[in-house]
Formats: sequence, C-alpha cells, structure tokens
Amino acid sequence: MDLFDFEPGREGYYGEYGGCFLPEILTTTIEELKAAFQDIKHDPSFWQEFEQLMQSYSGRPTPVSHLANLSAKLGGAQIYVKREDLNHTGSHKINNVMGQGLLCKRLGKKRVIAETGAGQHGFATATMAARFGFDCKIYMGAVDVARQRPNVFWMENLGAEVVAVQDGQQTLKDAINECLRDWVTNMHDTHYVLGTAAGPHPFPEMVSYFQSIIGREARGQIQKVAGKLPDRVFACVGGGSNAMGLFQGFLDDQQVELIGCEAGGLGPGEGNHASRLAYKDASVGVAQGFKTYFLQNKDGNMLHTKSVAAGLDYIGVNPALVHLWERERVRFEAVTDAEVTEALKLCMKTEGLIPALESSHAFARAIEEAPKMSKDEVILINQSGRGDKDIFTVADALDDDHWKEFIKVKAEHYGAE
Amino acid sequence: MALNDYIASRKQNKDLLLMTHVVCGYPSFDANLKELEIMAEAGVDFVELQFPFSEPSADGPLFVKANQIAVESGVTVEQCFEFMAKVSQRFDFKVLMMGYYNTVFKMGHEAFVDALKAAGGCGFIVPDLPLEEAGTLHEYAKSQDIAPIVLMTPTNTDERLQTIAKAADGFVYVVARRGVTGGKTEMDAEVGEFLDKCRDISPVPTGVGFGVSAKEDLDFLAKHADMGIIGTAALKAWEEGEEKALREFFGSLGLL
Ligand SMILES: Cc1ncc(COP(=O)(O)O)c(C=O)c1O
Repeated sequence: MDLFDFEPGREGYYGEYGGCFLPEILTTTIEELKAAFQDIKHDPSFWQEFEQLMQSYSGRPTPVSHLANLSAKLGGAQIYVKREDLNHTGSHKINNVMGQGLLCKRLGKKRVIAETGAGQHGFATATMAARFGFDCKIYMGAVDVARQRPNVFWMENLGAEVVAVQDGQQTLKDAINECLRDWVTNMHDTHYVLGTAAGPHPFPEMVSYFQSIIGREARGQIQKVAGKLPDRVFACVGGGSNAMGLFQGFLDDQQVELIGCEAGGLGPGEGNHASRLAYKDASVGVAQGFKTYFLQNKDGNMLHTKSVAAGLDYIGVNPALVHLWERERVRFEAVTDAEVTEALKLCMKTEGLIPALESSHAFARAIEEAPKMSKDEVILINQSGRGDKDIFTVADALDDDHWKEFIKVKAEHYGAE
Repeated sequence: MALNDYIASRKQNKDLLLMTHVVCGYPSFDANLKELEIMAEAGVDFVELQFPFSEPSADGPLFVKANQIAVESGVTVEQCFEFMAKVSQRFDFKVLMMGYYNTVFKMGHEAFVDALKAAGGCGFIVPDLPLEEAGTLHEYAKSQDIAPIVLMTPTNTDERLQTIAKAADGFVYVVARRGVTGGKTEMDAEVGEFLDKCRDISPVPTGVGFGVSAKEDLDFLAKHADMGIIGTAALKAWEEGEEKALREFFGSLGLL
C-alpha cells in the first residue's frame, strides 16, 4: 500500500484527513518545500546520504533486542524491542531532524525554528543546527520549560535560543502556533522543522518518510533475530512519527497487527487524557494546518490534555494513522499514567532497559497483551526514546523519595551560594 | 453583489473606506458595544467581528490574548452570532465574521452561512482556509449573497494573485506585509507598488490591513487602495484607556 500515492486533486490527503490549511502568505513557501521534498524523494543518492549521516552521527542501524527475561516472566509471546533510544540525543526524533537538516541545506536556508513539548525534538533540532551551522530558535510552552529544564539546558548549551511560550495552555500546541507566527514572518530565510508527522502537508508525509528508516531496518532485523515477522507491533502515538516510522515497514504484511498506544492520562473523560482515537472524546476538525481528530469542544475550541508523558500530550494525530484506523489496519489503545509507571518499573527490573515515559506506553500495552498470546508468537515494541535523560520527570512519576531528598539538598546548596 | 453597491455609495463621500475589528466577548460583549458605538461615530464602513478560537495562529500577541481570554471566559459561537444580530440591527456599518476555519467546519458550511446571513452579516474572512479548500463553502456563500473575502499577500507570485482575483467577491483583503497582526508596517514605495498591483489585478475594491495605525497610513492608503483596515491599534487604545483613549485614537485619525 502506498499511502503517499495521492489521488489527483487530493494531494496530502489520507482518506478524509490531512490537507494543508495555512494562511495565504505561506503558499509560496509550502510550494517550495513540497518541490524540494519531491526532489529528494526521487533522488536515490539522497537516501544514501541520509543513511550514511545517520550511521556516522547517530549510530544507526539501531538494534532489535530480544527481551528474554520479560517474555519468560509474562509467559506468553516473545518480546522484541527496536532500540530507537540508542540514537544520538536519545530518541527517534533525530531521524526526522537530520533529514530536514539536509533538506534545509538544499533549500538554501540559514535559520531553523522548531516547537518542542518534552524537549526531545528541540534538543535534536539544536544538535542538528549546531552540526549544520544554522541559527536556531526553539519554541517551548512555558509549562514544558518548567517541567523539562534539563533539555532546555542542553538546547541552550548547543547554541539554540529557547523561547518560553506564554499563550494558551503553554504546551506543545501553543509552541506550534508560535512557530507558525515566526514562519509567516521569516519564511524567506527560515525552515520550520516540525517535529512530528502532523501539521500541514507535506509535513506528515515528509516526517513519515524520514522516520521510515525505523521500519525499513526493523523488518529485516526481526526476521533475522526472531525467524519470522512479528505478530503484533506496538508504538506510542503522540503526533505519530515514531509509530508511522515503524509501521511503514509492515504495512503490506497483512498478518502483522499494528497497535498505536495513546496517552490515557487519568482515564476517559474530557480533559483527562490525550487519546484522540482510543477514547471517544475527540472529533474531526481543522487546526494547526491540517484536518484530523482533535480533542475539542463542540465549538471547535481545543480541550486541555493530560499525560505523564509530555511527548504524547497533544490535541491532534497523524492523518494517515486515522485513515488506517478507520480501515482497521491499525488498532488504537489508550494506556493510563498508572499503567505506564508500572510498565517502566517492570522493564527496568527485569531487563535493565529504561524506556522514555512516551515509549513506556507501548511497553505497557504489550505487557498486557503478551501473556494472552502463545509462546511462538512475536511482539515488536518501538522503544522510541530513553528515559534516563528525563530523570526529573521519571523520578516524579515514580515518586522517588531518595531523589526528592537529593534535590532538596541541592536546592539548599544553590540557595546558600 | 449587494456589497459592490454599498462600497460604491460609501465611496461617493470619501477617498478611503475604513474597516475596524472587534474580538467578540473581549473584554466583554458590553465593552464591545461601547467600542462599536465609537467606531460608528467615527464613520467606519465595515466591522469584522472576530469569533474567538483557541489556536489563533495568524494573530499577533494582543489578539492572541484577546482570543484566549474570550475562549476561557466561555464565549460561544452561538453568543457571537447573537451579538452579530444585535450589532447589524443597531448600526449602519456592515458586519463580517472573521475567524478560523475550525469554527466554520464544526458548524458545517451551510449552517454557518445560514447563521451568518440570519445575523445580518455580509461576508466572512477566514485566513487559514486556502482557496484550494474553499470551493464548496465559497460557492454556497455566493449563492446566499454572502461575500467570502479572499486575501492577497506580498509573497504571492503574480500568477497566484491572478488566481486569487478570480475567486474574489465583495472586496479583497490585502495583507500589507509578512508576519502576524499587530506589528508596524512601513508604508514605503515598495508597499505602494504592491498595493497598486493588487488593485490592478483585483476585480473588486481592495482593503489593506496589518499594521495600519496612524493618520499618515490612511493618507498613504488613500492613494493605493479603497479601504484601510485597522485591527490591533484600536484594541491597543481600548486597553490603554477604554472609551476615552479609543475616542482619542479615532480623533488622531481625523475621524472624530
Ligand atoms: C521518546 C518519544 N517518543 C515518542 C514521542 C511522541 O512523538 P511521535 O508520536 O511523533 O513519535 C516523543 C515526543 O516528544 C518522544 O520524545
């Protein structure tokens, strides 16, 4: 199935979803971007250049690891993990960012801007900008700046300017709005490095394209280590980029079930979570440049969202995933904050792995389903990022007393300076 | 085509028409009415009533704040239409809806146009709805004599400006510069040239917005366009000193 082989007049649409809804002033910029993306997509030397860069700079290909202990403990399916956490900067975000960096060079632009929620994408973008010599400005909701200071620290030290966005809910969606405002002002020299497979066409396609490196690698790897294709593939879904990246490797394998895991937060009910498809609180709308399911009220104003994982805390979702969900090719499940922390603890204790809170959503769902599967069935989980880097958030989620004590002592120490 | 006659008749007595802007329910509907009374006294020809949206990504800081506070205080689309009905009955100027496409999409195209018409509105400005996506909405609006206002911008190619011109109805909203609402625009020769070009290409009158805030701006626009559009500057005046400051502001434009 080629999701990106659009029908005439339906460019950028996946079924009813997607499209490009931007102010007229960006029309020329988007046309330029679409043309540049089509060029690289049809230039085989680009993918080679991209792969080589990801190999030398980010340690690709990332391995697929067998979790023998966890599989035995659960007593069901064999669990394997695609290790996107082993990338430079600690998550899959770098795949998209380096791809867009190469594209930005081709566009001849000298400045990049990006939104960030958890800080992972901002961190990756700052790294890319340093490496390519671009000026870099990162927009981050003030609430996220407050809860993700370590990533802000790294972005600033990598030479990026970090702007704390004070509007709205002061989270990811507000940072996206601020990027759009910067872009309509500075499009002549600025490329907007959108961090997930959402927003206006061509971003969902382009980000999915760069992230498809995950699935391209994983398909061969899992066959080698498990001796067969996986029966079920789990990925967490914020905007949808790591899920699209991995799922693309298996879209044509009808026997492989694909499962998107959303942030269930406190559980169903408006304002309690960030689950657009698994719960029933979202409806179709048009915002932030595209048409998809949004968590919104009947007037079309966006609801508050909630999740222990800042990277999943978003109102909308990749339009291709909605299309695949409607066609029953991808199943969607929500995982609550409580289930996430339990899964993370189990993973650390049995396997010595520290998945990011985002990725832990995929682990949690797999852990729930594995015991009900047979021993010769195979599960593949995308470990989209590592959790050790987000020590403050993870320590909070685990409510760790020793950590709190350490912070108090540290704070006293700084206070006395 | 009713709008053409209206614009032509208003243009008989002045060189430049004026459109102003109010964010519905910010700071309150009562305050909106006071603003509109002053605007009516100043002789404005059109007012855009902005329906507040939670993601106003084409707006600058002052309107962003206004949208946010209005949404948070519970202003609904229904209230905005009720307010529009009241305003269009009470005042001589014509009223347009300004807002984001999700507001229209959630209602449904026909329901939106019908409600707008019932409330006495004459058109709408939805900046995040590109022409490519506007087909059915624009068609239905035109069939109901409601003008979908299209935008021309300085980054458009000449070819694109021609395409926009073909879709134009009522008047064309010309965006004077890149960026969001609120900043200042230097009304220089380059801007003048661009405005002349738009006026040339457009089959309907042109109104110019983004950064219009002073008498000199209006004097400049009188030479290059049919209408000036004042947004942020009026809200800024209101924020600084409510009715008194807003009167002074229109006074400084030579309108009061
Ligand atoms: C580690 C990690 N996983 C997943 C996500 C969710 O994004 P997406 O759905 O685009 O993969 C994020 C976003 O910040 C992240 O940092």
